[in-house]
Amino acid sequence: MDVVYALVTVSLLAALAFAGGEIAPLRPLFGVILPGVALVTFLLGLTYRVTLWARSPVPFRIPTTSGQQKSLPWIKAGWLESPSTTPGVLARMALEVCLFRSLFRNTKAELRDGPRLVFGESKFLWLAALAFHWSLLVIFLRHLRFFMEPVPAFVNLLAAADGFFQIGAPVLYVTDVIIVVALGYLLLRRLRDPQVRYISLFADYLVLFLLLGLVVSGIFMRYFTRIDTAAVKQLAMGLVTFSPVIPQEVGPLLFVHLLLVSALATFFPFSKLMHMGGVFLSPTRNLANTNRMQRHVNPWDAPVKVHTYEEWEDEFRDKIGAAGLPLDKA
Amino acid sequence: MAEQTPRPETLVQIDYRPPRKDWRDARVEFRKGVFCYSAAPKNLEYLGLPNPRKWQPYDQNWKLPPNWKEVILEGMRERLEKFRSFRLFMDICVRCGACADKCHFYIGSGDPKNMPVLRAELIRSVYRRYFTMAGRLFPTLAGARDLTEDVLKEWFYYFYQCTECRRCSVFCPYGIDTAEVTMIARELLNLVGCNINWVLEPVANCYRTGNHLGVQPHGFKDSIDFAVDELAEITGIRVEAPINKKGAEVLFVVPSADYFGTPHYFTLLGYLLLFHVVGLDYTFSAFASEGGNFGLFTSHEMIKRLNAKIYTEARRLGVKWIMGGECGHMWRVLHQYMDTMNGPADFLEVPVSPVTGTRFEHARSTRMIHICEFTADLIHHGKLALDPNRNAHWSVTFHDSCNPSRAMGLLEEPRFILRHVCPKFYEMPENTIREQTFCCGSGSGLGTDENLEMRLRGGFPRANAVRYVRDRFGVNLVACICAIDKATLPPLLEYWVPGVDVAGVHELLGNALIMKGERARSTDLRGQPFQSKEALAHA
Repeated sequence: MDVVYALVTVSLLAALAFAGGEIAPLRPLFGVILPGVALVTFLLGLTYRVTLWARSPVPFRIPTTSGQQKSLPWIKAGWLESPSTTPGVLARMALEVCLFRSLFRNTKAELRDGPRLVFGESKFLWLAALAFHWSLLVIFLRHLRFFMEPVPAFVNLLAAADGFFQIGAPVLYVTDVIIVVALGYLLLRRLRDPQVRYISLFADYLVLFLLLGLVVSGIFMRYFTRIDTAAVKQLAMGLVTFSPVIPQEVGPLLFVHLLLVSALATFFPFSKLMHMGGVFLSPTRNLANTNRMQRHVNPWDAPVKVHTYEEWEDEFRDKIGAAGLPLDKA
Repeated sequence: MAEQTPRPETLVQIDYRPPRKDWRDARVEFRKGVFCYSAAPKNLEYLGLPNPRKWQPYDQNWKLPPNWKEVILEGMRERLEKFRSFRLFMDICVRCGACADKCHFYIGSGDPKNMPVLRAELIRSVYRRYFTMAGRLFPTLAGARDLTEDVLKEWFYYFYQCTECRRCSVFCPYGIDTAEVTMIARELLNLVGCNINWVLEPVANCYRTGNHLGVQPHGFKDSIDFAVDELAEITGIRVEAPINKKGAEVLFVVPSADYFGTPHYFTLLGYLLLFHVVGLDYTFSAFASEGGNFGLFTSHEMIKRLNAKIYTEARRLGVKWIMGGECGHMWRVLHQYMDTMNGPADFLEVPVSPVTGTRFEHARSTRMIHICEFTADLIHHGKLALDPNRNAHWSVTFHDSCNPSRAMGLLEEPRFILRHVCPKFYEMPENTIREQTFCCGSGSGLGTDENLEMRLRGGFPRANAVRYVRDRFGVNLVACICAIDKATLPPLLEYWVPGVDVAGVHELLGNALIMKGERARSTDLRGQPFQSKEALAHA
C-alpha cells in the first residue's frame, strides 16, 4: 500500500501545481514562495543534521577492515581497503563516494540443490545507483545556466558533452535518458524483489516518485512542450537575486517541476536522502586502521568499577599460596 | 546434539519468501532451539547489573521494571549523543537491500528480520517514533513504531541472533555496521535486565576469577602444568611455563578455552613448544588469565571493566610488552578498544622480537602483538626448523575469523604460517574468506546448546564452503585462530560436513616444529600418527 500512497501523494502534488499555475493569484505561491521556503528548509535542515553528526563524538576507532593490516614490512598491506595513512583513507573515501566501491562488491547468494550455496555477480544495483547519481549531478549542474549570468564555461562544456550525440532538436541529453532508465530500474527492483519490497517504506517510494516526476516534467518541458527557456531564466534569476518575477510565458508544467523539486528539497533533511552527507562521516570507512599505532581518545571516557589485583589476591590468597604461585602480600 | 534438531536435509529447506504479515508486527515465537536462555540472577547481582530476577524468554511476563520504557528511551537518547556511529546508522540507511543476503543468519533461516537492514530497522523504527519529527507526526508513513513489550521481546530475539560479525558492513555503501547497532541494542536490553546466561556467566566469572570458565589460580596452574607434562611425554622435552613471574620480558595472554577446551588445548601445546624453541622470556598470568572479553557482547562499559586487568597485570609484573594468543573477538577488543579504554600503555615498551630484533612498529602505541605476527616474523627470518610433512595427514583450509579479518585485517600472517607448516593447503571460495569470511554462527555469546538449531543455520554458509573444499581437494582440517570457532565449528562441521576436524594454527606449527633434543616423534600433538615415510614418498 505504501507504494500507492506515495504515487497518490506525488500525483496530487503535481495536479495541485498544474492547476495552481493557471490561477494568476496563486502563481507567486508556486513560483516564488514555496521554492523559497523549500530552499531555506533544505539549507538549514542539511546544516543542522550534518552539524549534529559532526559534533557527535567518535569514542572508538572502528574501521571495517577489508584488507590486510599494515604489520610486518614484508607483508603487503592493503593500503586502500585497510588504510593506515591519510592518503589511503582519502582514496578509500573517494572510491566510496564517487564510485560506490562497497556496492560494487555486491553478490547474490543462491541456494541450489546439494545443498550448494553459490554467489553470483550482482552489479545492476551498483550500475543503476551510479548512473542515477552521476546523471543527477550533471543535470543539476546543467541547470546552473538558468541561475547564472553569464553562464560559466564549465556548464556550457558539460551541456555540450551531455549532448554529444547531437540527436534531434533540441539536442537530446544522454543523462536525461540514463536517469529515467536508472530510476525506473530502482523502482522496479524495489517492487519486484520480494525482500526489498518487504523492507520498503512509504518514504522510499516517495523519493523515487518525486524524482521520477521531476525528471519527467523536465523532459516534457524541454523536448515536447518546448518551454520558453528565456522566460525560465528570468524567473530563476529573479529568485536568486531576490527580485522575483513570474513571466507570463512559463506554463503549468514548470510549476509542477518547481513544486516537486520544492517537495524534494523540503523532505531532504528529514529523510534518508541525508545519506549524501552521512557517507562522508561513517566511522567504519573514514578512519584509518592505525588502532595499535596511534592511541585514539574517547572524549567521554569515564572510570569504571573494576576487580583489582589486590582484591583478587585477597580472595584467592590461600589457593595462590598452596599452588606455589608468588603473592604480592605474603 | 539435541534429538529435536532437524536433520540437515530438512534444515536446508529454507523458504526465502517473506511472510504475509507486515514487518512492523513485532510478535515473535520463542521456539526451542533458536534462542538463548536468560541470565541467572546471581550473575547480574555479582556484576551490579539492573533487574536481576528469574525469568525466561518464553514466559509471558518478563518482569520488567515498571519504568522500563523510560529507561530504554533515555538510554537511546544518551547513546545517540555519545556515539556518532549510532546516530548516523539510525539516519542514513536507504534500504537498498545490498546487505540482505550477506548475513549468515538470513541465508540459513530465510527470516527477513535477519536481513541486516531489517534487524537495524527494528530499532530504527523506534528511533523514528521518539527522536525524529517525521516519525512523531506521521508514524505509519515514516515506518515508526511505538516501543511496546512485544518490540522489546523482538529486539531480544533478533539482537541475540546477530553475531556482530560485520560481514554486512563490508557490503554497505555507507559502511553501516550492524555489529555496532547490535552492541548498542544489547546495551539497551541490559539496562532492563534482558540478557542471556551464555554471555553473562562468562562475564561474571571473568570479573571474579580472571577468566570465563571461572578457573581459579590453582586450577590455572594445574592446567598449565598438565600441558607441560603432556609435552614431556610427546616430545621428551620439559618446557618452562612460568605463571605470574615478575620481570619477564613478555606477558602472554590467551583465551581461557586454550587451557581448558579441546581442540584449543593442542594450540596451547603449540605455543609452549614455540616459546621453548626460541627461548622466550615470558609469563602467563593467573589474574589476566583470559584475553577473551564477553563485555563486547554486553556493553562498552563492561568491555572496559573486564579488559582493565591486562594492562594492570602487565604493569604489576613489570613486563616490557604483551603478546596475545589465538582468539577472534578478543582481538577486536585488543586492537580497537583496549588502548582507548585502558591505555595509554606508556609504562611498556614498543614490542621487539628478542629473536629477530624486529620492532613491531604497528603496535607502537598499544604495545601488544598477535602471536601470528610474532611467529610469521620468526619464520620469515628463518629462525624455526620446520618439517611440514608432520602435517601431511592433514589437508588444510583456513577459516578467517570475523574479528581478526574485519576489525583488524590479520589475513596474511596465519596463511604465511600455514604455508610453511602444512604441505597441503587450499583456500575456500573467495566470497567466503578474508574480509568476506562467514561467521561460525555461534559468535558473540550465542554458542550455547539450547540455541543449536539457529547456530547450525547461521553456520551453514561457512560449512557449505568447507564442504566445497572437502569434496574438491579432500580437505579434512579447518585451521582457525579463534577460540569460539574451535569450540563451535566441530559440531557444526559434524552436522553439515562430516569428516572435517578443526585446529588452531599453532597446533599445526607445534606439530611441524623440529626441536633440539626432542625424541623421535611419531605422533602429532593429538597423539595421531604422522603419515609414514613410505606414504609420503608415494604421495
